[in-house]
Amino acid sequence: MTAGALLAVEGLRVEFPTRQGTLVAVDGVSLTIAPGEVLGVVGESGAGKSLTGAAVIGLIDPPGRIGAGEISLAGRRIDNLPPEALRRIRGREIGAVFQDPLTSLNPLYTIGRQLIETITTHLELTPAAARARALELLSEVGIPAPGRRFNHYPHQFSGGMRQRVVIALALAAKPRLIIADEPTTALDVSIQAQIIALLKRLCRDHGTAVMLITHDMGVIAETADRVAVMYAGRIVEVGPVAEVIHRPQHPYTRGLMGSIPTIVAERETLEQIDGAMPRLTAIPSGCPFHPRCPHAFDRCRRDRPELMAAGATRSACWLVLK
Amino acid sequence: MNNLSADAAPLVELIDEARHFDVSPPWLNRVLERKPRALLKAVDGVSFTIAKGETLGLVGESGCGKSTVARLIVGLYRPTRGEVRYAGRRIDANAADPAARRNMQMIFQDPYASLNPRWRVADIVAEPLRAGRGSERGPARAFEARVASLLEQVGLARADGAKFPHQFSGGQRQRVSIARALAGNPAFLVCDEPTSALDVSVQAQVLNLMRRLQRELDLTYLFISHNLAVVHHIANRVGVMYLGRIVELAPTQRLFTHPQHPYTRMLLEAVPDLAKTGKPRTAVAGEVPNPLEPPPGCTFHPRCPYAAERCRRELPLLKPVPHAPLGAGEVACHAVEEERLPAAVVKTDELIWRRPQVGRESGRADRL
Repeated sequence: MTAGALLAVEGLRVEFPTRQGTLVAVDGVSLTIAPGEVLGVVGESGAGKSLTGAAVIGLIDPPGRIGAGEISLAGRRIDNLPPEALRRIRGREIGAVFQDPLTSLNPLYTIGRQLIETITTHLELTPAAARARALELLSEVGIPAPGRRFNHYPHQFSGGMRQRVVIALALAAKPRLIIADEPTTALDVSIQAQIIALLKRLCRDHGTAVMLITHDMGVIAETADRVAVMYAGRIVEVGPVAEVIHRPQHPYTRGLMGSIPTIVAERETLEQIDGAMPRLTAIPSGCPFHPRCPHAFDRCRRDRPELMAAGATRSACWLVLK
Repeated sequence: MNNLSADAAPLVELIDEARHFDVSPPWLNRVLERKPRALLKAVDGVSFTIAKGETLGLVGESGCGKSTVARLIVGLYRPTRGEVRYAGRRIDANAADPAARRNMQMIFQDPYASLNPRWRVADIVAEPLRAGRGSERGPARAFEARVASLLEQVGLARADGAKFPHQFSGGQRQRVSIARALAGNPAFLVCDEPTSALDVSVQAQVLNLMRRLQRELDLTYLFISHNLAVVHHIANRVGVMYLGRIVELAPTQRLFTHPQHPYTRMLLEAVPDLAKTGKPRTAVAGEVPNPLEPPPGCTFHPRCPYAAERCRRELPLLKPVPHAPLGAGEVACHAVEEERLPAAVVKTDELIWRRPQVGRESGRADRL
């Protein structure tokens, strides 16, 4: 399964030691991303999607730690590298785009200086060549008049333009994988559409793979090739995006799809999943979704289901075997 | 359902409402640096009516003035000009007698910030009751039965009254806000992004609750959101705001199938939606201009593909859509008025898209 994959995550576990015991925020997550593929990771708050992304780039803040599992990039294990080696991979091989473009940029430096710094850290270029590359990046992400904007500070850009600069930074060293964590959540719809279009175009042009982490199923629907749905730290369903949206197998995915209002379907009431995602201190036994699941039976309370082939997707649900 | 507002007398009426904020630099800077006064026209001439039992949705991007409209209606801001009427009586912050404002309540976006963390839920919910009696700190016991029935009405347990807000999840907190808003038996609720801070499955619970309460208590809603899909789900009529003005106001179905204003069309094109998997989208150009220096004429003209000379000069007013059936909506656009616009595209292939039904084998939707 992992052959030919650019990124392979196997049995990832992210845990936080606390006085009350160890909290497991990501539990046994396995996924792969092929070169040039966009994998959407979707889930509600607390599902562990951002931590999964942070684990891949090695940015889990202590006391959080990777408790188990392996992460490999192009066949090479990266989760056990020393910090210095990991730092070289970050930026060079894996780029990152976060939700808030203002906190991703240094407010005291011009964006040109920040771009050149990133470029010269990862690529051996002369200052003049680095500057040329920075200008090229700015025009590639659609910043008008890059020559003039080069010497501007982050506060002089609008939210959408700032996010473009962050994407330019992520692309600076031509990484093979970009981790995009809620890249459009802080933006208005019309700007959001521009950023989605930009990400898609860049992936197509450069063959960059993207791990797109978001709570917005609409963004996933438009952008991703495959999607992994997370719940309480686990992947409950993974498959091609159209299949997961139109033929979801896991009861949680079905409920989630039904609860999203759309601009085309007219309905009196929305599907409703009663209750809320469990807290990390009280993850239910067996399948973590069973207390909210309308189809739960004995086995769901006892045994934890692994991902199993179900239709065109893979679903972690005992109903598949029933 | 769509013609609610056409015949019935309006419950709420906004007449040419405006609110300008003075955001000038301090006097010394103006003198020394020769900086002019700066006026932010957050809301600039908004008029609409809401009929009893109706839900009016207000959508727009950040900074378009939709939340300012909400605050003007409930009297949290003083209007620069214009008036707000409730059942025919003037109630805005400039009115002499704001007593009719008792019939309205507001639900805020952030259920974490809008509940006092040091009060028990029963006290929070009882506060409007105490205020209504004029006794600031009456014992909560006097309202025990009423508070319990309110909590049950919004899907919480009677025993939850003894808890503090931090013991609840976001969705439950928003239920507490709704219970508090309902305490004084209001007829009209102003809901400012009530589900924007919630996860989708919780958002569905709150939206369903709001619909049920509207049916049971005959409530009227002004529902403000940046999320078009949510507004599509809950509203009878929708107003689209851009830079402090309403650019289009139409019954919900009409607006989403026959959008008129170029800005509405652009928004509908831009919104990411489940039904659009793998569909190519038209790129949207430009950004919202600086509201301190709005463009002359129609404020949308720099981004509008149909802008003509007149659009750059003359501000369009909200007028009924030409050749459309009565009550089919109003739009503020010269191009629509002059019929320079191509007819709005109704995407029938998207309209027949149905969502998968849960738990029924036969309910599987066909793929497009």
